[in-house]
Amino acid sequence: MSAPTASRPVEQAASSSVPLIEAKGVTRILPGIVPTTLVHDINLQFRENEFVAITGPSGSGKSSLLYLLGLLDLPTSGEVLIHGKATAHMAEAERAYTRLSQLGFVFQFHFLLPEFTILDNVLLPMRALDRLSAEAMQERAVEILSALSLSDHLNKRPDQLSGGQRQRVAVARALANDPPIVLADEPTGSLDSHASEQVFQLLRDLVDKQGKTVIAVTHDLGLAQRMDRRIQLIDGGLVGETPQDSPPQQ
Amino acid sequence: MKLILTIAWTHVRSRARHTGFAMAGVATGVGFSIMMAALMQGSQDDFTQRLVNAMPHITVYDERRLPPRQPAEQSFDAIEIHGLTPEARRPGIKNPLATMAALEAWVPGGIAPSVRVQGIIRYAGRDVGTAIVGIDPRREAAVSDLPKQMRGATLAALYRATNAIILGDKLAEKIGARIGANITVQTSQGARIGAHVVGFFHSGVRQVDEGTAYVLTRTGQILARQTGLINELRLRLTDHLSARAIAERIESDTGYKSVAWQEANEELLSAFVIRNIIMYTVVGAILLVASFGTYNIVSTITHEKARDIAIMKSLGLPEATVRAIFVVEAMMIGLGGALVGFALGYLLCLGLGAVEIKNPFLDANRLPLAYSAWHYVLAGMVALISSVAAGYMPARRAARVYPVDIIRGAT
Repeated sequence: MSAPTASRPVEQAASSSVPLIEAKGVTRILPGIVPTTLVHDINLQFRENEFVAITGPSGSGKSSLLYLLGLLDLPTSGEVLIHGKATAHMAEAERAYTRLSQLGFVFQFHFLLPEFTILDNVLLPMRALDRLSAEAMQERAVEILSALSLSDHLNKRPDQLSGGQRQRVAVARALANDPPIVLADEPTGSLDSHASEQVFQLLRDLVDKQGKTVIAVTHDLGLAQRMDRRIQLIDGGLVGETPQDSPPQQ
Repeated sequence: MKLILTIAWTHVRSRARHTGFAMAGVATGVGFSIMMAALMQGSQDDFTQRLVNAMPHITVYDERRLPPRQPAEQSFDAIEIHGLTPEARRPGIKNPLATMAALEAWVPGGIAPSVRVQGIIRYAGRDVGTAIVGIDPRREAAVSDLPKQMRGATLAALYRATNAIILGDKLAEKIGARIGANITVQTSQGARIGAHVVGFFHSGVRQVDEGTAYVLTRTGQILARQTGLINELRLRLTDHLSARAIAERIESDTGYKSVAWQEANEELLSAFVIRNIIMYTVVGAILLVASFGTYNIVSTITHEKARDIAIMKSLGLPEATVRAIFVVEAMMIGLGGALVGFALGYLLCLGLGAVEIKNPFLDANRLPLAYSAWHYVLAGMVALISSVAAGYMPARRAARVYPVDIIRGAT
C-alpha cells in the first residue's frame, strides 16, 4: 500500500547534509500573568527518510514542539529551519506556502472538512497550491485514496466513514502535495488497535517506500519502539534521544 | 479562485435556511428600494413632463432683467444722478417678426408670438382672475401641446366667432360656463369685451387649467389696448433640457428677459433635489439594515467554522484566502439577495402601477412609475457593497484565527 509519488513540487536541499527540518534553541513561552514554558531550548535535526517518534508524558510539550516544527506556531526564541531556510521572519503568506508545499499534517482527530466529500478533502491542499491541472489533481487524489483502500468512498462525506477510514483520509490529504515531511500528532490516539496498526503501517510505508520523513507525536510506547528514532520530552525539555532499535528513554 | 468559490458555496449551501433569511433581508431591501426609486422618479418625471408640456420651454418677455439705463445716466456717465423719473417705455417686443426670424435661424425648435394680459372673466355673477393669452392657432402646435389638449373643439374654433375664447376646463367648471356661453372679459388696461366660449382645454396641471384662457392674438391686442402688441415669444425646443443655455443666449442677443422652464420652476426643481436626497437616504438605510443580516450570517458561519478555518490554515491556506472565502460568502448572499430583490422590485412596481389613485394636483389616475435599469444597478451595487462590507469584518476576524489554539482545544 503506497501512495503514488508525483514529481516533487518543492525544491529539495541540494545536499543531504542540510537537514529537512532543524530546531535551533527553540523555546516557546506562553505569555500571561504567569508565563508558561511549553518547550525550552530544543535543538534537533531531522533528515530525509527518518521515522521519528516524539514521546513524553502529558504536558511535556510534544504537540507544542510539533506545531513549532510545522510552522503552526512561532518560537519565542530560537529558530526553525526548513531545508536550511530560517522561518521566524517569514511573512504569513510565505509560511503558509511552506506549510502547503513542504509539510503534511495528520492530527489525532481526522479534522476533515465535514461538508466536503472525501475526494474534495484530499483535493483541497492541491487546489490551494495550484501546481497541477484540474485533471491531474483529480487523478492524483484518486490514486492516493485508492492506494489507501478508499476508492469506494470517494464521494462520501467524513461522517459516513469509520474512525480508521477517516484517519486514512487525513493521511491521504497530508500526502496530497507530496510533501517531504509528514507531521503527525497522535495519529493513532483516537483509533482502536486494528485501525491504529493500519495507520502505523501507512506511516511506515511513507518512510520505507516513499522516502519521506515522518515525525509523529505519540503516547504509545509500543508504537514508538517500532520507529527509527525516539525523542523524549519532559516539562518542555529534551531529555533523551534514542537511536534506531533502542527503547525510548523513560 | 475556484477553491475560494467552492468552499464559500459549500458553506452557504450547507446553511441554506440561514442563508435564505439573510438573502431575504437583502432582497426585501433591494426590492423596496427599486420600488421607491421607481415611484419617486416616476412622479418626478411625470410632473416635469406635464410641466414641460403645459408651458413653453423658453418664454421671451418684453422686459429686461435690469432696469434700462436712463438717458441722463447715458449722457452723464461719470456722475451719479438722483431723483430721475424713469423713462416710460412702450410695452411689447420691438420688431417681433424680425426678432422671431433671427431666432428661427438658429434655435432648434418652434417659436410663436403671443400677447399675455391679466384680466378678469365674469360670468353668471362670478369673477375669476385669469391670464389671457392671445395666440396664433396655426403656430401654436409648434410651441405647445394645446392643440392636443383641446376638449370639445379644435384650436381653429378661435376663428369661428368674433372674440372667441378657449377656457381651461377647471376655469370653465369654476364659473359654470359651457361651450357657446357668452362671457365678459375685462383687463387691467381698461378694456372690456364680450367673448364667446368656443372650447376648453385640459393640460393636466391644475394651476394652468384653472387660470388660463386663450384668444386670438388680435383679440389679445384689443384687450391690451395696443395694436400690434407682442409681449412674449414662446419657444419649444427639440431638446427641452437645453432650454437654459439657449435662453441665456437669446437674452444676450436680444436683451429681453428669456426664462427657461427650469428657471420658471426653480423652486419646484430644488424641491425635487431635496426629495431625491431624502429618497436615497431612506433607500440607503433600508439596504444598510439588510446588510446587518449578512453580517449576522457571515459572523455565525465564521464562528461555527472556526475549526474548519484552523484546519485550512494548518494545511497552508494563507490568511488572504481564508478572508476571501468569507467575503465571497457575503458577496454570494448580497448577489443572491439582489437578484431576488430585482424580481421583487419589478413585481412591486407592477403591483403599485396597477393601483388607482387620485392626485390632488394632477389628474393622473395611476401612480406614475419610472422603470429604469439604473435603479436596479444602483440598488444591486449598494446591496453588494454593503454585504461585502458587512462580511469583511467577520472574515478578517476568521482569517486571524490562530490554528494552534483551536487544534489544542479540539484535541
